[in-house]
Parts: sequence; C-alpha cells; structure tokens
Amino acid sequence: MNASIVVFKREFLSFFSTPVAYIFIGIFLSLSGVFTFIFGGFYEREQADLLPFFNYHPWLYLFLVPAISMRIWSEERKSGTIELLMTLPLSTFQIIIGKFLAAWLVLGVCLLLTMPLWLTVNYLGSPDNGLILASYIGSWLMAGSFLSLGMCMSATTRNQVVAFILTVVISFLFILTGTDVITALLQGSLPNWALDTVASLSFLTHFQEMAKGVIRLNNLVFFVAMIMICLFANYVIILKKKAA
Amino acid sequence: MISVNQLCKRFGEHVVVDDLSFSVNPGDIVGFLGPNGAGKSTTMKMITGFLPATSGSISVAGQEVTTESINTRRLIGYLPEGAPAYAEMTVYQFLVFIAQAREIPKSKRSQAIDDVISKVSLQDVLYKQIDTLSKGFKRRVGIAQALIHDPQILILDEPTDGLDPNQKKQVRELIANLAKEKIVIISTHILEEVTAVCNRAIIIAQGKKRFDDTPTALQALSRYHNAISLTLSYMADISGLLEIEGVADLAHDPQHNRITVFSEQGQSILQEVSNFIQRNKLPVETLSVEQGRLDEVFTELTSAPKEATA
Repeated sequence: MNASIVVFKREFLSFFSTPVAYIFIGIFLSLSGVFTFIFGGFYEREQADLLPFFNYHPWLYLFLVPAISMRIWSEERKSGTIELLMTLPLSTFQIIIGKFLAAWLVLGVCLLLTMPLWLTVNYLGSPDNGLILASYIGSWLMAGSFLSLGMCMSATTRNQVVAFILTVVISFLFILTGTDVITALLQGSLPNWALDTVASLSFLTHFQEMAKGVIRLNNLVFFVAMIMICLFANYVIILKKKAA
Repeated sequence: MISVNQLCKRFGEHVVVDDLSFSVNPGDIVGFLGPNGAGKSTTMKMITGFLPATSGSISVAGQEVTTESINTRRLIGYLPEGAPAYAEMTVYQFLVFIAQAREIPKSKRSQAIDDVISKVSLQDVLYKQIDTLSKGFKRRVGIAQALIHDPQILILDEPTDGLDPNQKKQVRELIANLAKEKIVIISTHILEEVTAVCNRAIIIAQGKKRFDDTPTALQALSRYHNAISLTLSYMADISGLLEIEGVADLAHDPQHNRITVFSEQGQSILQEVSNFIQRNKLPVETLSVEQGRLDEVFTELTSAPKEATA
C-alpha cells in the first residue's frame, strides 16, 4: 500500500505542477455553470434542487475525463519513464492504483469546488440534501468509471491524441447504450435478455437513478465493478505490451 | 552475482537475444559492447525485470528475476537508455520520489539524497525542472537516481552518451570509485571507455555473445597488438625489417613515411626492432608500441559470420 501512496503523491503533484489540473478545473467549473444556468434553466425551474447541474455530468465527463486520463500511461511510454517506473520495486497493481487514485482525486476536487452551487440552492430554498449527496457520490463514481476506461486506452498507445479519441468513442458507447435510440435500434435484432444486458451497461441510466436520490446497491456495484474491471484490464494490457 | 542462462528474446519473428549465457561476480565492472541493435539494451531490460525473457533464465543474487522481480529490483540501480525522468518535476522532487519508491527510510532519506547530489554534482540545478536541463545534466540526474539506494548491482545503459569530455571523465571516475565489491554493467559505444573503466568486456552481435574476457585480452586480439609504429624523416631501405624473428608483416604509408611492423601472435618485438634500427642507422623520428586497435577488433568480432565464432 505504501508504494501506491508514493505513486499517488507523485502523480497528484504532477497534475498540479503542469497546467493540466488548473485548466481542467477551470473548464469543468465554467462548463458546469453554463450547463446549469443556461441550458438547465436553474432559476426558471423554480425548484430547489441540483438536477439541472447533475443531468449534464455524463456529457461533461465524456470529453473532460479523457483529457485527464490520456496522459496517464501514454506519456510514460513516450518519454520512456515507464521503464524507470517499472524497474523500481513497485508492483504493477500498486502503480495502477496510485495513478488511478491521483486522477480520481483531481476529479473529486473539481466536484468539491462546485460547492457554491449547493450553497446557493440551500440559500434559495430547502432542497433535499440527502439527494444532493447521493448525486455527488454517483457523479464521482461515474467519473471514476470513465477514468478507468480512459486509463485502459492510454495504456494501449504512446500517442495521447489516440488515447483521447479512443476513450471518447468508447465512453460515448457506454453512455448511449441506455438511451432509447439504441434500444429502438437493436429491438428485434437481439433477444430481450441481450437487449437488457446492453441497456444495463449504460452509465447514463445508473447515474440517473442515483441522481434521483436512490442509492441502490446495484448502481453502486455497477460503478465499482466497472472501475475494478477496467483497472484489471489495464494491468493485463500493461503486461501484454511489455511482453510483445 | 548475476547469472544469465541461455537467454532468448524474440519480438514476433525477430530474434533480438539469442542463447546468451554469462555470469557476473562482485567486483566485475563489465563493459557491454555491441553494434546498435545487437541486443544490449534488451538484455539489460531483462536483467532489470522490465522485459520478460522469451526463454532462458536470469538470476540475481540467487533469485529468479521473473518470479522474485520485486526483490531483485531492490538490489539493482538502473539507468535506462536515454536517461528518462519525469520532465515536470524538479531534480529534488524527482530524487525524493525515487528515494521513497526505493524504500529508503525517512531518517536516512535526506542523507542519501545529499550523497548522490554531491557525487554527480547536481547542486546547481536542484530546484530546476528536469525538462529545462541540458542533456548532460539530465544524464547525471539519471545516474543519481540509479545510485540513490547504494545498490549492490548497477546497470547503466550508455551512461556517458551526450556528455562532454570533462563530464565523461567525471562519470568514469565515479564508476571506478564505486565500492569494489559491487557489480557494474555499462553499455557503451565508446571502446576506449571499456579499457578506461572496465575489468571485463562482453561483446555481443546479433544477440549472440562474441567475446567475454578482459579488455587487455580484447586488445591482444588486434593484429596491432605489440606492433611497432615508426615515422621516418626520409625514405630508407626497410626491407630488412621483415627478416627479423617474430615480425609477421609490414605496412607502409608513403604519404606520412609511416611504417607499422606487425608482430607474430602479438609477442613483443621491441628489442629486435630497435636493434635493427641501430644497426642500419634508420632515420627514425618517432617510435611507439601499439596496444592494439579496439575498433578494428570490434568490427572483426561483430561482423564475423555466426558459425565462425560459435
């Protein structure tokens, strides 16, 4: 565990010693403001909740998380530091955990910095704060799922742009599977159980359920399992890439 | 001690390391030589546990590199090819990170960092970002991180590449001054470096071992070993030189009036040749005994067909 902390600290520091984290946080905050107040009609709805804020999160993450995750392995490959890192007495799993937690915490910091919105809502009315907390947790878990997917893609290439595009495309699929468009498209060509499986892989539906205030076990399990599966896949990709 | 047994590495169809075996003992400073693409770096990557071998085995201090990877990595200090380092960190932050990852206890950490900083003279750039450093400083940062935990085994892939002559000298002295009971393996293109710092030379080409002995033995392979070079002030009759016992051949460079007298099987012919010069009153301006030309031996060993040296 100690080794994960060492990697975690280095990664977290490196986000903040380059403009990456600051730009990311800046863009995240301004975009979520734009979505909440302009597209989401925060005031016009005259309801004391943060639904217009959380509703756009899957779409925000779709483009912003790959921007964070693309460098995680690609840069190590490109600069050759992967060779340095992986000849230190650290296990590959410890390294992956450390890297994941550092980036996930950056995303967590972003979410924390949206606090003023929560304060505003509380000032204007009396929202269901339990629901808001559930939504925050759901959002962070979803961000973690996007992130672990992105890390996998980043491990496959030394090119950050390729990693970014791959992640956006695959994340997009994971959002889409829950929408009516896809369900309608696949209706008839797939048996019902397969259709249900595809639909249940959607980040969107799981997140929306959490944003409605119900932290159901299956939603939590879905995101946690998603993260663990991706991190394991990440491990396999790193090993395969080394052997080739 | 390191023991490499019948090591093979293939990338797809391409054989990079082919049935390589050698062992290295404490006190050995091994110069690992070979043309580009000979498999030097790949072999080093396998010893350090970065790449898995296709077949064969490597043990470090009695432990298998594949199964006891974390343990063997603890014993090794490694400078990868090109001295990679995290560009956005300062030299100091980077060394702290390596010290932490190398499990140096907190109480000894600052001492260890101070030691390497003075060993490779990094005082002036300690708080600079690594990507702003010159190539020479980057290389020294790489050497510093490899030395920080005072490893028993030091593996340096081209440690002097990109350094100026003064820095090269400094790095060579540093390697020579390491404790005598350590194992050092350096790969290099610079043949003089091997005679300057190493007490053993291993040459590989096309993934196979071509030579493994002392640098002196390597020089002895040269037909220039113990040959005598003469410069004459004007042309004189030198045909008699060939008659001397132990002289194998003569080479004459008329443009510079330079003559090289090759000895048979590298034996010393200085006495005989100087007697001849005295007797015949040859107009000799300079005379020198050659040690052997490494570049020539290197070319010969590495371009020889596989069968000839197998």
